[in-house]
Amino acid sequence: MAERKINVIDEIKKASRSVTTGIEEKDIEHWVEIYIMGKAYKVPAALTIMQAMEYAGYRFVRGCGCRAGFCGACSTVYRKKGEYRLQTAMACQTRVEDGMFLVQIPFSPAEKPSYDLGREKPEPSVFLKYFPEIARCVSCNTCTKACPQDLEVMDYIQAALRGDFRAVADGSFDCIQCGLCAIRCPAEIVHYHVAQLGRRMYGKYLNPLEKNAEQRVKEIEEGRFKEEMDRLLKATDEELERIYAEREREPD
Amino acid sequence: MPELRFIGGYPEYMRESIEVVNRTRPKRMEQPRAMTKEEREEVLKLHPDYAPGGKRKIRIGQNKGDIAPNEVVDLLEAYPLIQPGEIDLGKVDYETDILIIGGGLAGTTAALWANDSGIPKGKILLTNKLRHGDSNSMMAEGGTQAADRPNDSPAIHFIDAYGGGHFTNKRDVLRALVEDAPFIIKWLEGLGAMFDKNEDGYFEEKWGGGTCRKRMHACRDYTGLEELRVIRDEFRSREIPVLEFYPAIELLTDEGGKVVGAILWNMETEEYKVVKAKATILATGGFGRLHIRGFATTNHYGATCDGVVMAYRAGAKLRDTDTVQYHPTGAAFPQQIVGLLLTEKLRSSGAQPVNKRGEAFVFPLEPRDVEASALIRECYVRNNGITTPTGMKGVWLDTPRIDLINGEGYLERSFPGMVRMFKRFGIDMIKDPVLVFPTLHYQNGGVEIDPQARTNVEGLFVAGEVSGGVHGKNRLMGNSTLDCMVFGRRAGIFAAQYVKKGVRVGKLGLNHVERYVKELKEAGIRTDRRSPMLLPDYRGKAVLARMIDIF
Repeated sequence: MAERKINVIDEIKKASRSVTTGIEEKDIEHWVEIYIMGKAYKVPAALTIMQAMEYAGYRFVRGCGCRAGFCGACSTVYRKKGEYRLQTAMACQTRVEDGMFLVQIPFSPAEKPSYDLGREKPEPSVFLKYFPEIARCVSCNTCTKACPQDLEVMDYIQAALRGDFRAVADGSFDCIQCGLCAIRCPAEIVHYHVAQLGRRMYGKYLNPLEKNAEQRVKEIEEGRFKEEMDRLLKATDEELERIYAEREREPD
Repeated sequence: MPELRFIGGYPEYMRESIEVVNRTRPKRMEQPRAMTKEEREEVLKLHPDYAPGGKRKIRIGQNKGDIAPNEVVDLLEAYPLIQPGEIDLGKVDYETDILIIGGGLAGTTAALWANDSGIPKGKILLTNKLRHGDSNSMMAEGGTQAADRPNDSPAIHFIDAYGGGHFTNKRDVLRALVEDAPFIIKWLEGLGAMFDKNEDGYFEEKWGGGTCRKRMHACRDYTGLEELRVIRDEFRSREIPVLEFYPAIELLTDEGGKVVGAILWNMETEEYKVVKAKATILATGGFGRLHIRGFATTNHYGATCDGVVMAYRAGAKLRDTDTVQYHPTGAAFPQQIVGLLLTEKLRSSGAQPVNKRGEAFVFPLEPRDVEASALIRECYVRNNGITTPTGMKGVWLDTPRIDLINGEGYLERSFPGMVRMFKRFGIDMIKDPVLVFPTLHYQNGGVEIDPQARTNVEGLFVAGEVSGGVHGKNRLMGNSTLDCMVFGRRAGIFAAQYVKKGVRVGKLGLNHVERYVKELKEAGIRTDRRSPMLLPDYRGKAVLARMIDIF
C-alpha cells in the first residue's frame, strides 16, 4: 500500500508537467510561429501568449501577475499577419495563434484623483467633478472593443455622464483595471478609475446597508458572546471535538 | 498522430463521458452523505501531505527539527542573495515609522488602519514586489466568512474553523478572527464594496466547505478583486507612499535584535535601497509558486515564500509548516489553464464532483483536504478519472447542475469570471461540466503571530497568508480574505501603538544574516541555493541551455 501511495504522487507529478518547462521538444506535435516585438519564435501551439513568451526565453518582471485573468497585469496588443485590425488580450488568457505580432503594455499612465467618499454625495455631478474629461466621449466605442473582459465600457461611461450609479456599478463590475480602454481612448478618458468611483458610491450610498452585520457588530461590542468564547478558549480538545462532531448543519 | 477533433471545446473522445454526465444529472439530485471520521482518516492517507516523501526536517534556526515540504526547507537552508559586507547601511534612503512589505489585502488594510490610528500618511511606506495589489488576495473568488446572521455566532464560526483545522489552530488568534469578522464586513461595506445582496437588502450568504452555517459573503465570483480594489482605491485617495517592483530581500535588525526596516531591491535597475523603520509589517503572502510535490497552482506569480525566509533569518518562529492546502477543484483542462482555481462557491451553489461514469462519489463540501483526497482516489486508485490529451487526470465538476437547482441564468450571473474563462477556450460550463483536479492553493502555516499580529521578534508584525496559527493545519474557504483584513487591521493598529509608545532604533545591521550563514555552515549545509526566490523561472529548457550571461 505504501509503495502505491508514492506512485500516486509521482504519477500526479508526471501528469502535471508543464508544456513550457517540463515536456521535451520532440514530444510536442503542434507548433506555431509568433513575433514578439517583431522577432520570430517557434512555440508550441497549445500555449497561452504568456507561456509562449516564457518558452521563447522571456522571464517576466512586468507584464505578468496572477496568471489567471484577475489582475490585468498582462495587457497585450497584437496584429495577425494579413489583418488590419489591432487586437487586445490578456496574455495569460489567450492562446497563441500562428502569425501573431505582439507586444505587452507594461504600464498604463493614468492620474487617479483623490476623494473622500464620506464627504461626497451620490449626486450625478460627482463624476464630472473628478473626471471632467468624460464629457469628451465621442461614443466611438473603441474602449468597448479593447476590453478583454467584454464589458460595455462606452455604455457605462455614458451612464456616468447621466449620473446613473447603478448602471456604472453593474456594467463595470467585472473590470480588472488592465488599462487597455484608457490607452485606446481618443478622448483620453481613464474609464476604469471612473468605474471605481461609481462602484464605491453605489456600494456606499445606494445599496442599503445590511442590518444583520450591523446588529452583530453591536452585540459583539456589548460582549454578548464573550462568556461563550471564553469557555471555548479554555475547553479541552476532547470537548471541542465533541462539540464539532455534534454541531447541527442548518438546512439547505 | 491524427489531429484531435474538438466539439464544444472538448476533444471528441471526452464527449461520450460528458453525455453520460448530462444524462445522469436529474438522477443525482440527492447528494452523497458526508464522510465519517474514520472514512476521512482513510482517504486522507492519499493526500499529498500524508503520502510518504516530500518533506524533511529543518536543520537550523528556531524551528530546527520541525517538518516542512522539501521545497520550503530548500529555501530556508539557502544562502542570502546579498553578502552582508557589500551593503552600505550608512546611507538611509527612506526613514519611516511603519514599513509594510507586501500590498495585497493584508498589507493595504494595515496601511489604512495605521493611518487611522494616528500615523501620518508620510510616515507609512508600502512596498511591493510587483504592482500594488498583485497578490493571491485579488484572485480569491468564493467569499469572506463572517457570522452575522441571527442563527449564527462567532462561537459557531470558531468551532467550524477549529474542527476544519484539525484542532490545531492557535485559539486566541482564531478568536480574534471570528470576533472581528462582522466588523470587517461592515467596514468594507462602508468603503463601498459591493457584496451580493438579496432583494430585502440582506447579504446573500452561501455555504463553504466544512461550515455548518451559511456565512460566505461574496461579490459574484470576484470577491477578492472587489475587496482589494476598494481598499486600494481608498489607500490611493489618501496618498500613502507606495513603491512598486521593489521587493524586500532582507530585513534589518539593530543591536538589540529588533526588526528596524529592510533592504529593498529595484527589480529593473538592480539597485538596493535601505529603509529604516520603527515597525515593520510583513504581508508577503504564500508559497504556491514553489509547486510543492510538483503540483500546479492557483497562486499569483509572486507567491514564492519570501516573507517566511526573511523572517526566519531574523529569528522569527514558524508553525504548522508541515501541511499544505490543495484546493480540490483546479482546472485540469484545457491545458492553458491547468491549476487555475474553480471556486468552492461553485460546489456550495450545487455543482457536484462526478466520475467518468456519471456517478457522484463524494459529498461536495467536505473540508478541502478530505475533498481533494477523494478526487485523487477517484482518479488514481479507483481509476474513474478522465485523461486529458496531455496525460492529466481529472473528474467532472457538474456545473450545469447549478442552474438546474437555482434556475436558468444563475450560473452566468453569479460566476461571470468562471464562465468567461472557459468561454475563452471554447467551453460552455453552463451546458457542459468542466474537468477538475486538486491544485496547490494555500500555505496553512507560517510565521507565528499572537492576536495583536506580533511575532516573537520585537518590531516585526505579520499578517495574511505568510502568518501561521489562525488556520492551524487546514484553512476553510472564506477565512483567508478575512484573515488578511482582520490581521492586516490589527497589525496596522498595534504597530501604530508600538510606534507611538516610543521606539529607539539602534544601528541598522545584518548581524542576524551573518549569524544565520554561520549556522548554515556549521550544520554542514553546502549548497549554491540562494533565497528569497522572488520569482519562479518558467523559461523554456532549450533557451536556457544556450543562454550566456555577458551583459
